[in-house]
Amino acid sequence: MTPAPWFGRKAKSARKTARLSADALPDGLWTKCPTCGEILFNKELEKNLRVCNKCGFHYKLSAAQRLAITVDDGTFAEINANLSSSDPLKFPDYDKQLKKYQEKTGLIDGIITGTGEIDGIPAMVGVLDFNFWGGSMGGVVGEKVVRAMEAAIDAKLPVVMITASGGIRVNEGLPGLMQMAKTAAACGKLHKAGIPYIVVLTDPSMAGVLGSYGSLGDFTISEPGLLMGLTADRVAKQAQVIHVPDNFRRAEFALEHGQVDRIVPRRELKSTIVKLLQFCVREEKEDAA
Amino acid sequence: MPPSWNILDFEKPIAELDDQISEIKRITAERGEDRSEDVATLEADRDRLIEEIFANLTPWDKTLLARHPKRPYTLDYVRAIFDDYTELHGDKQFADDKAMIGGIATLDGRQVMFVGQQKGRDLKDRQYRNFGSSRPEGYRKAQRLMKLAEKFKRPVIVFVDTPAADVSVGAEERGISEAIARSMMEMSSLETPVVVVVIGEGGSGGAIGIAVGDKILMQEHAIYSVLPPEGCAAIIWRDATKGKEAADALKLTAQSALELGVIDEIVPEPLGGAHRNMEAAARNVKAAIVKALDEVEKLSIPKLVDKRYKKFRAMGAYAEKKSE
Repeated sequence: MTPAPWFGRKAKSARKTARLSADALPDGLWTKCPTCGEILFNKELEKNLRVCNKCGFHYKLSAAQRLAITVDDGTFAEINANLSSSDPLKFPDYDKQLKKYQEKTGLIDGIITGTGEIDGIPAMVGVLDFNFWGGSMGGVVGEKVVRAMEAAIDAKLPVVMITASGGIRVNEGLPGLMQMAKTAAACGKLHKAGIPYIVVLTDPSMAGVLGSYGSLGDFTISEPGLLMGLTADRVAKQAQVIHVPDNFRRAEFALEHGQVDRIVPRRELKSTIVKLLQFCVREEKEDAA
Repeated sequence: MPPSWNILDFEKPIAELDDQISEIKRITAERGEDRSEDVATLEADRDRLIEEIFANLTPWDKTLLARHPKRPYTLDYVRAIFDDYTELHGDKQFADDKAMIGGIATLDGRQVMFVGQQKGRDLKDRQYRNFGSSRPEGYRKAQRLMKLAEKFKRPVIVFVDTPAADVSVGAEERGISEAIARSMMEMSSLETPVVVVVIGEGGSGGAIGIAVGDKILMQEHAIYSVLPPEGCAAIIWRDATKGKEAADALKLTAQSALELGVIDEIVPEPLGGAHRNMEAAARNVKAAIVKALDEVEKLSIPKLVDKRYKKFRAMGAYAEKKSE
C-alpha cells in the first residue's frame, strides 16, 4: 500500500468540475440556484465553498473538492487507489456504465481514501463522490472503506468518513448488499480498538451507506438540507408511502429525531471536525501525567 | 380445497391434477370402491409434472414461490422445529415489533435463542405483521435478544423472511438505518454461534440487518436480493413493471447466492416447494440447522468471531492492479 500521489488527479478533477458547472448556463459565468433561483456568479460561488449566498443551499461537491476543503493542503496521501470494480453479476450494461462514470469524473470508482492532516491532526479520511454512479457502494467502495478502517486501527489514526451516496450499487446485487455487513463489521473493530470515528453526512446519504458505516460513527455531523434515509423516493413511491412531512428525510428531520449530533454549515465543517478530533485524540503528555 | 388466488400460474396444471386426485379419492371412498392403482398412477404423473415444471423455474418464478401465500413462515418453522418455545417481546425502548419475533426455545434438548421476521397469512394478519417489514424496534429487539444469548452462552438461530425493512415515516423517525447498521455491527462480533436461514424473501437491508452469521443457509426456492426485483427495475430502468427482467439480472436465487459465495448451503425443499409439504420442509431445515450448529460449536469463541468477521470481510468483488 504505497501512497499514490494524488495531486495530479486533483488538478484534473478540478478542471472537470469547472467545466460541468459551466454547462448550467451557456457563458459559464453564472449558475442559477436550484432552490431560491438567485443567479450566482461562479467565482463568488466557488469562494463561498459552493454554497448559495442568498438561501444557503449547499451544492454537491466532488470528492476532490471535498478533500480540498477538509484536509490540510499538501498532506493527503491516497491509499488503495488501484482497486477497480469487476461486475460480479455480469449485469446488463455494467461495463458501459462504469466507463461512463470513469470518464465523467476521472475517478476509478466512487471513493477516495487516504491519510492526511486536518488542522495538523493526522487522520484517515474517506470521501464518496456522488458524481460517480451516485456514490454507490459496491465491492470497491466496501473494500476501500474496510481497508481504511483496518489501516487506521494499525496506525492508531482517527477515521473521518464523508458520505454522499444513493446506497448500494444495485448492479452488483447480493455481493453489493454484503458491503453493508462488511463495513458495519469493520466499524465494530474500530470501536473495539477505541479509534475515534467521525461521520460527515453530505447530500445525499441514503440506503445502504446510511444503513451501515454511515450510521455507526462516534459522532455524526451533517450539512444542512441534505437528503438522508433508508429508501430513495422512487422506491418509497413504489411502496406507496403517501403522507410525508415537509422536511421528511432531510438533515433537519434527522436532527429533530435524534439521529445526528449537529447540522453544520459547510464553512464551519472543518473547524467542527477539528473540535471533535481534539476531544478524542489524546496527546501523549495527557497520558503521561 | 385451496382458493385459486393462492395458486401460481405455473402451479395451475399441478393443481388441476391435485383436484382430480382428491375428487377420485372422495368418490371412491363414498362408493366403497378401490381405485388406489389409478390414484397412484395419477400421483406419479403429477409428481413427474412437478419435477418437469420445477426444473425450469425462472428467477421470477422463484420470486413468486418465495412470496407464495401458502409458504411456511417463521412461526411455522419455530413450531415444527423446536421441542418447545417461549416468545419474548419488545425492544424495551419503544415498542414490540410484530414483524420481528424472537424468544427462547429448545432444539433437540439444546437451549437456543431464535429471532425471525414474521409475515401474516390473511389480510388482517398481514397488516398486523406489517407484511413482514420490520421497524426499527424490530431490529433493536433482535439485538437485545442476541445480546441475551451471548450473555448466557446460547446459540442464535435466525429466520430471514422479509420483502424489505419498513420505510414509513415512523421508521425513519426512529432511525431505521441506525437500527439496521448497529444490528449488523453487533452480530459481526457476537460472542456466540449464529446460524441464519433464509426461508422466503431475503429482502435487501431488511434481511442483511439480521443475517450476519457463522453459517448462512438458504432454502432451495427462497430468494436473497439487494432489492426486490420491482424496486430494482424502478431504480435501473425507471419502470417497476420490469420485475421479470430484474429478477434475471439480480441473480437472486439460492443457487446463484451459493455460486456468489454469499451463502454456505442450500436446504432442499420437498417436491413442488415448501408449501406442498410443510413437515418435510421443516425436517430439512431442522437437519440443516443442527448440522450447522454442530459444526460451528466446535470452534472456540474467539476463533468463531474471527472467522465470522473474515467471512463477511471477503465478500464483494473488486480487481486489484498490482502497481509500482
